[in-house]
Amino acid sequence: MPQTPAADAQASTEASFPAAVRDAAVAALIALGLSAPMMGLVPVQSPQGLVLEQRWAPVAIAVAVVFAGRLLLNLTLWRPGRVKRVGYVPPKLEAKLAGLARFLGPLAIAGAVAMPLLPFTERYAIDLGILVLTYVMLGWGLNIVVGLAGLLDLGYVAFYAVGAYSYALLAQYFGLSFWICLPLAGILAAFWGVILGFPVLRLRGDYLAIVTLAFGEIIRIVLLNWYWVTGGPNGISGIPRPSFFGIDFDRGPDGFAATFGLDYSPLHRILFLYYLILALALLTNFVTIRLRRLPIGRAWEALREDEIACRSLGINTVTTKLTAFAIGASFAGFAGSFFATRQGFISPESFVFMESAMILAIVVLGGMGSQFGVAIAAVVMIGGFELFREFSDYRMITFGLVMVLVMIWRPRGLVSSRSPSVFLKEKKAISGSLVQEGHG
Amino acid sequence: MTEELPALPDDVLLRVEHLTMRFGGLTAVNDVSFDVRRGEITALIGPNGAGKTTVFNCITGFYKPTAGRLPLKSHEGVLLLERLRDHQISRKANVARTFQNIRLFGGMTALENLLVAQHEPLMKASGLTVLGVLGIGGFNRAERQAIEKAKVWLERIGLIDRADDPAADLPYGDQRRLEIARAMCTNPVLLCLDEPAAGLNPRESLELNALLRSIRDDDGAAVLLIEHDMSVVMEISDHVVVLDYGKKISDGSPKAVRDDPKVIAAYLGVEDEEVADVEREVEGAEAAR
Repeated sequence: MPQTPAADAQASTEASFPAAVRDAAVAALIALGLSAPMMGLVPVQSPQGLVLEQRWAPVAIAVAVVFAGRLLLNLTLWRPGRVKRVGYVPPKLEAKLAGLARFLGPLAIAGAVAMPLLPFTERYAIDLGILVLTYVMLGWGLNIVVGLAGLLDLGYVAFYAVGAYSYALLAQYFGLSFWICLPLAGILAAFWGVILGFPVLRLRGDYLAIVTLAFGEIIRIVLLNWYWVTGGPNGISGIPRPSFFGIDFDRGPDGFAATFGLDYSPLHRILFLYYLILALALLTNFVTIRLRRLPIGRAWEALREDEIACRSLGINTVTTKLTAFAIGASFAGFAGSFFATRQGFISPESFVFMESAMILAIVVLGGMGSQFGVAIAAVVMIGGFELFREFSDYRMITFGLVMVLVMIWRPRGLVSSRSPSVFLKEKKAISGSLVQEGHG
Repeated sequence: MTEELPALPDDVLLRVEHLTMRFGGLTAVNDVSFDVRRGEITALIGPNGAGKTTVFNCITGFYKPTAGRLPLKSHEGVLLLERLRDHQISRKANVARTFQNIRLFGGMTALENLLVAQHEPLMKASGLTVLGVLGIGGFNRAERQAIEKAKVWLERIGLIDRADDPAADLPYGDQRRLEIARAMCTNPVLLCLDEPAAGLNPRESLELNALLRSIRDDDGAAVLLIEHDMSVVMEISDHVVVLDYGKKISDGSPKAVRDDPKVIAAYLGVEDEEVADVEREVEGAEAAR
């Protein structure tokens, strides 16, 4: 007897009803196991000390919601025979996204330049812009190490700290100005990048991640305990604010406003800081784009793809890895000294592992190796994080949810395709699924 | 180094001298000596586990031999390969290699693969990156030359139309040829190929033979190859070296090796005592012919 497709689907739904119930029951059991200790038992302060109070009503509600929700999903969306299309992006769409990025890139830069000058922009927006741009720069710097060279670095914040403390200490002990310290901070951070690079040259993947993580912590703990130099947990305060190439932003007769015949406004400094970090970030971007087209950039990417083949082609993997660490670290050093001059106060508190994780999350969510994707991810993560300040209770959960969703739908980040560094006839975007993620 | 380097006869490019490689208690290669001559294709054959790839890895610097010397005449004069670090083998000694399981840079285009192989001259032209970032110096000209060279090789292996496709997207046979072209872009005097014909269909196998002959005749590079496909070995090689259990059991022209009773015994798995019988049989067969 021939059946219509609708009837067929009906039959299969009915046939799978016991299976759906069984699946929902399993999910409900897991929910019970999780919620019973977490929601059912609550320690309460009482005159007798800490007492465990039992609250089974919320547990029952949670289990019921999970059971009903799962059952409903099993009967509607998750019917057997559905096609899984997780993380699949048609090649055409991929090419379109890459094209869009090319078009949107200059637009985004123009927007960033114009933003502080718009009449309705408040000081808060400029401050937020400075924060976002700092992370954009850090993301681009880490992108060299993780995205291009494929070396998973979990201690990137250490170089940010080296840069910040370089400026703060050099200014405090030797009275050097920001413009002299900026390159010095970059050089010192690059130096520490090489120091870290040497012992980890032979490590790959997870092992590399663990050692870099430890390195980040070592730097922080040294800063915390070396108190006769770094001030320990008290940090360093009174770090000189940046000058307009020697002209201070103050009310005096030699100040910025008086020199240029403007009315004094505290906004001048903020604007200057904004354009400074924008210029630094664009410098990072420019250098990275240049490096990708040079042999060193191609060697980094080749190293990420296959280290053994690199060695057979005469590429010195030691210097190639060390340059990736050094250049990535130097950009963190620049960003660090900018951070120090903007805040005027730094302490080891600012350089915890969470910062490294945040920067890495920006790189991974944006798409490893993609400049545009990293910038978007920084804006969304840092900007979004700030906007959620009022709902601070839900901030972390939203943050986690967004990350999980991105990893489900775009496991290789927002812009996952790779654009070739050189082409003969036409530049075709390379699908992210062909590109190695790097194992150190 | 005041130590006198061995004088190699004019036609010898690489001399493998008493090469021994031990891994703990296992002797993978035991006192093997042979010559690789200029303008020849030398095949290294032997049953599975005979130590062919180990010899390869010693020559290309992936292993340090336990004993023995590997003098080679490069563009810069005679060098001892066992003293060079792996990346210097390609750079200084001009020895290039391919791998048994293809190792292309899959996420990079065919053209980019060939440019990575020209890393060293390009790196010099970019002033060790410093001048290149600033956009000064002769980098652009050097890169154009490198692209021209890559184009020539893409034409030769018939992949010019797929130059901008990622290497991982190419069919298997094309990947094999691209890997050979990539090795050739390093300007080698000696090209080592680890099972270049593995997994190729008969037509691709013929194309490969033509490519290897042209590398020998037109580029003047000596070729050393490991191969299991006897039709390829007999067809193109000028000189065959046979290994079995880490020892050299035969060395000579393809015909001489094919008729060598020790080789037949090794390939057919005959006991040592029966070698003499096989020898008699072969002689009998030849007499009958």
